[in-house]
Amino acid sequence: MAEALEVFPDSEEDTLSGKYLTFSLGSEVYGIEIRYVTEIIGMHTITEVPDLPEHVRGIINLRGRIIPVIDVRLRFRKPPREYNDRTCIIVVDIKGMAIGLIVDTVAEVLAIAEQDIVCPPQVNGAYQQRFIKSIGKVGDDIKLILDSDQLLSDGEMAGLDGF
Amino acid sequence: MTGGNNNSPVLGLFVFETNQLLEQLERIILDGEKAGGLAAAINEVFRVMHTIKGSAAMMLLDNIAELAHALEDVFYYLREEQPGEVDYSSLADMVLSAADFIRNEIAKLENGDNPNGDPAEMIGSIRCFLQALKGCGSDQPCAAAPSVHAVQYYIGAKKPEKAGVNTYEACIFFDEDCGMENVRAFMLVHELKEFAEDIRYLPPDVLDNDDNAEAIRREGFRLYFSSRNTLEEIREFLDRTMFLKSFEIQPAGAGQPPAAKKRTIDLEGPVPEASAPTAAQGTDGTQAVGKQNFISVNVGKMDLLMDLVGELVIAEAMVSQNPELRGLPLDGFYKAARQLRKITDELQDVVMSIRMVPLAATFHKTSRIVRDMNKKLNKQAELEIVGGETEVDKNIIEHLSDPLMHLIRNAVDHGIESPGEREQAGKPPAGKLRLEAKNAGGEVWIMVQDDGRGLDREKILAKAVERGLTQGIDNSLTDKEVYSFILHPGFSTKETVTEFSGRGVGMDVVAQNIEKIGGSIHIDSSLGCQTTITIRIPLTLAIIDGMNIRVGRNIYTIPINSIRESFRISGHRTFRDTGGAEMIMLRGECYPILRLYERYRIQVAAEDLPDGIMVMIEADDKKICLFADALLGQQQVVVKALPKYLKKTQGIAGCTLLGDGSVSLILDVSGLVGGMGSGCCS
Repeated sequence: MAEALEVFPDSEEDTLSGKYLTFSLGSEVYGIEIRYVTEIIGMHTITEVPDLPEHVRGIINLRGRIIPVIDVRLRFRKPPREYNDRTCIIVVDIKGMAIGLIVDTVAEVLAIAEQDIVCPPQVNGAYQQRFIKSIGKVGDDIKLILDSDQLLSDGEMAGLDGF
Repeated sequence: MTGGNNNSPVLGLFVFETNQLLEQLERIILDGEKAGGLAAAINEVFRVMHTIKGSAAMMLLDNIAELAHALEDVFYYLREEQPGEVDYSSLADMVLSAADFIRNEIAKLENGDNPNGDPAEMIGSIRCFLQALKGCGSDQPCAAAPSVHAVQYYIGAKKPEKAGVNTYEACIFFDEDCGMENVRAFMLVHELKEFAEDIRYLPPDVLDNDDNAEAIRREGFRLYFSSRNTLEEIREFLDRTMFLKSFEIQPAGAGQPPAAKKRTIDLEGPVPEASAPTAAQGTDGTQAVGKQNFISVNVGKMDLLMDLVGELVIAEAMVSQNPELRGLPLDGFYKAARQLRKITDELQDVVMSIRMVPLAATFHKTSRIVRDMNKKLNKQAELEIVGGETEVDKNIIEHLSDPLMHLIRNAVDHGIESPGEREQAGKPPAGKLRLEAKNAGGEVWIMVQDDGRGLDREKILAKAVERGLTQGIDNSLTDKEVYSFILHPGFSTKETVTEFSGRGVGMDVVAQNIEKIGGSIHIDSSLGCQTTITIRIPLTLAIIDGMNIRVGRNIYTIPINSIRESFRISGHRTFRDTGGAEMIMLRGECYPILRLYERYRIQVAAEDLPDGIMVMIEADDKKICLFADALLGQQQVVVKALPKYLKKTQGIAGCTLLGDGSVSLILDVSGLVGGMGSGCCS
């Protein structure tokens, strides 16, 4: 997985819609709209930056670009896990910012039809829930589709200033 | 000119050149004033006005052209007649306000607006001035001189002839294969407009119809016009047309005007794109001679070059310090690598030096402000500029101009007293304002110094308490700390607001602007004597010499020029003060210690002082000792900004790539030092 697995360029917007890159954190499978995804890279050496919230692990050098990386596990307040050779960084481009998401493993690219996507149930006070935009059904499996904007939501970033 | 042409390179060139000319003009005028008269500058001003007029006319900016024209007339008169008494002060005012007008119009043009300002009033006053001159300066008749009359001066550079209006008929052939005959014809008509009226020509719509080029090529370009000039002068004019092959000209009988269907040219209307490039060729041809040793380069390209060199420096380090080479006996390789290093270093120096711009131009802009304020506020401030040849990076200069203006305005308005007040205080009536730049280590210091009333510590302190910036009257604050209160937003001890300052907006903007370029502001003053504001800015922002240090598994980079020394602790006395802050006594002075692993909450680092190393850093005249695990070595590093997502992290100035491709954080020395509170306590 050390080699970069390039995903389709942005220009082919039409072929990208309805497709999701799925990855797993422990037993759960999450999906992220593929149009956000720039590439998938193996684990890099992370340089820690002081005074950041725990889930922002630091910065990496992606071919001369400096991008921040977020551990999605910690973001979802799951127990941390040692990184191993299955650990991947999904580089996403959200609102013009390139950000790396550290996940346990990357699974596959899936097409999920619109009728198979449902809204998540409203459970009050669930912290995790605000990251989930919708739930996709593929056969018997359930994929939790992430709200990419929420992942690095401003509300959370504003909290940073307090540090 | 209409908005459609905004992005054309010709327009860019015009804007650039004209702005340069205006700057030059301002400098000439101000220097002239200082020298006690504009007599020496007449030639230069005339030339500048002539060029502006020419290029503005090419761009069809009639208002600018007319204004420049009117001024040109005045200076032409001054040059030719050398009248004895001239009111140079009001002439200077006139020229400067005209320069402002033109600059304004050009700014509109740049922003894509229609430059529609009306200079009629200004032109009127310039004409009056000229006539007044003529009235007293020489024996010329001072009857109203119509502008057509005035123009005549410099076409033939002879005394005007009082000939009546003649009508001419001309037929012009351009060189074969010169191309774009129709456009050339149009340019000719446009130039002709300067001294001819009632111009008609055949074929009629030269610009709108490209087929006309063919017609002109075959049958020639026929012109009918009337002018006060003699046949000889017009011949001479036509002779100078570019790509001219031959022409015939003859006076036409007044009784046979050309056929009515030949329409008059509409010079106010928008011009098709095609005319612009020819216009530029025309101007370039005349100006290239003096400028051939310089080229102007798009800043974007320079930035790109800079980035590439930055990447090259990193790549060089990645190759020559590659971990895989460690321990291998590679004599030849290292020799070659050293050569590569030398060349990249030189390349980097050259690129940096290309980007370096002397401060002189920025400094000279301020003299205009001083002059204007002197007149308006009835003060006498003499501006002295020292060290204008000091160079700083182009990007920095751009951010420096506004803060400097502001500081100068403040100094004249608040600092320097009125002549009366000054005399009471036993000072010479004319205040001294000194603008100085100098290199100091890796920094450039820019100092604005006035010998005015100085800053009032008590007043500032009282105001600071009132605004809740500090608790009570705190006498332990140093003067510098008190003065730096004036950098807070909205802070003004001035009771009255003037046109120039007093609103308390500004110093904070100055501080922000300077911080943005990595600089700092220091204020020093003594009440009743002087105020000095020093701006310290780094020479360049892009590439620095850095010392890499290791703390735990992390690597940090400290800018070399802020390191004073590094040493191991053995037998030095360290102690803690009552607040628990750790200090070290060194050669009779004591410095605070900052343990980086504590500051950055890093585990597995050397915790015993003798196990690690101390690095003494200095910023803003304060020194502290950083405690790190080890020094790794020196490297040229390219400063990269931290990703926006991380926002500003205190104590970190940016990051850089190391030889092995990993990322190192660059310590923000002044941030760290400032965070330690007041430093030395000897």
